[in-house]
Amino acid sequence: MSSNVSSPEITHAPEHASGTGRIWKTFWVLSVLTVIELGLGYLLYYQHGKWGYGPVISTKLVIAILTLLKAYYIVSIFMHLGDEIRNMIMTIIVPLLLFVWFIAAFLWDGDSWRSLRNTDAHSRVPQTEQHQSHPVEKDAKP
Amino acid sequence: MSTTAIPTNTKWWNGGRSPFNISYGKVMMWYFLMSDAFTFGAFLISYGTIRFSVNHWADPNHVFNAFPFAGHANLPLAFVSLMTFILIFSSVTMVLAVHEGHKMNRKGVEKYMILTILGGLAFLGCQAWEWTHMITGDHAVLVNGQIEHWGTTVTRNPWGPEVMHNGQLVATPGPIAFGGYFFGITGFHGFHVFSGVIINLVMLIKTRLGHFDQRGHYEMIEKAGLYWHFVDLVWVFVFLCFYLV
Repeated sequence: MSSNVSSPEITHAPEHASGTGRIWKTFWVLSVLTVIELGLGYLLYYQHGKWGYGPVISTKLVIAILTLLKAYYIVSIFMHLGDEIRNMIMTIIVPLLLFVWFIAAFLWDGDSWRSLRNTDAHSRVPQTEQHQSHPVEKDAKP
Repeated sequence: MSTTAIPTNTKWWNGGRSPFNISYGKVMMWYFLMSDAFTFGAFLISYGTIRFSVNHWADPNHVFNAFPFAGHANLPLAFVSLMTFILIFSSVTMVLAVHEGHKMNRKGVEKYMILTILGGLAFLGCQAWEWTHMITGDHAVLVNGQIEHWGTTVTRNPWGPEVMHNGQLVATPGPIAFGGYFFGITGFHGFHVFSGVIINLVMLIKTRLGHFDQRGHYEMIEKAGLYWHFVDLVWVFVFLCFYLV
């Protein structure tokens, strides 16, 4: 064990389990999650134009949550962050929480921008937003 | 998994020990990766903002539906799934290299580093094919009443809304931001993969030369591994934002 440690100031070396069982288990977890994501992706593809906004956005949210789960496994097991001491984990995770607001604020901003453009800043109804002669065009936006 | 006994009430900040019980190099690699995560995050959020701000965005299932040697078969998600599995698998071989490093097994480290490098090169090859396919693509677009044939580049997006033209549905030009974001973000990620391959090559050479055996530990492999896993981590989100939703 001592051979893993690069300095006498460090008393801990992550992942000195003798087996590789945990690594392969994580590989299978990641693969299964990816396959589920792909399944949902194909579901969206085959339901394209048939589903309303609600089911589409819910499916996309589920895919996003599965992605976060994959990220958790990669960071926690493959990068061994889960094996570090709590203070170390917190210095990485807490700053990243800023993303929660970044994502909410900027997507909100984008949506507001679109609505302002479609309505000339709320001065008209958004009927003419798509100048297309082809009315069946589905909104491919998320 | 860390079973090393840490005495309770350890005074982490009194000197003489690493406050995070981790080497300086690894702490700094983590903080670099955190800043890199913000860079990628900013790119992806900016992409999301623009995508939310327009009425029509290209459907990834139409744009990314090709597979090498499959001609014009419609195979949405297939090629990118292959790329995803290549990267997940190279992440596994990387973590196995780190594992062998802990056991001071030089031959094992060499074997898994070679596999990781091959995985990275395979991914880069896939990306090169995909970019070439996108740029040299040939899609009918209605421009000023004329049908033109466009590829997808940073200045041309043939995936706009479809209109009727002479009794046929034809696409119109879409927002050029599509190509800009696609090539910009996958390019930035691809450059990370490329530099990861270079770093892994250096690590392989240093392993071969026995540098880590002389040093008494394989921590450099761990640091290179952190970077490589981060590349995989970013791809998980690129995969989500560009191909799945």
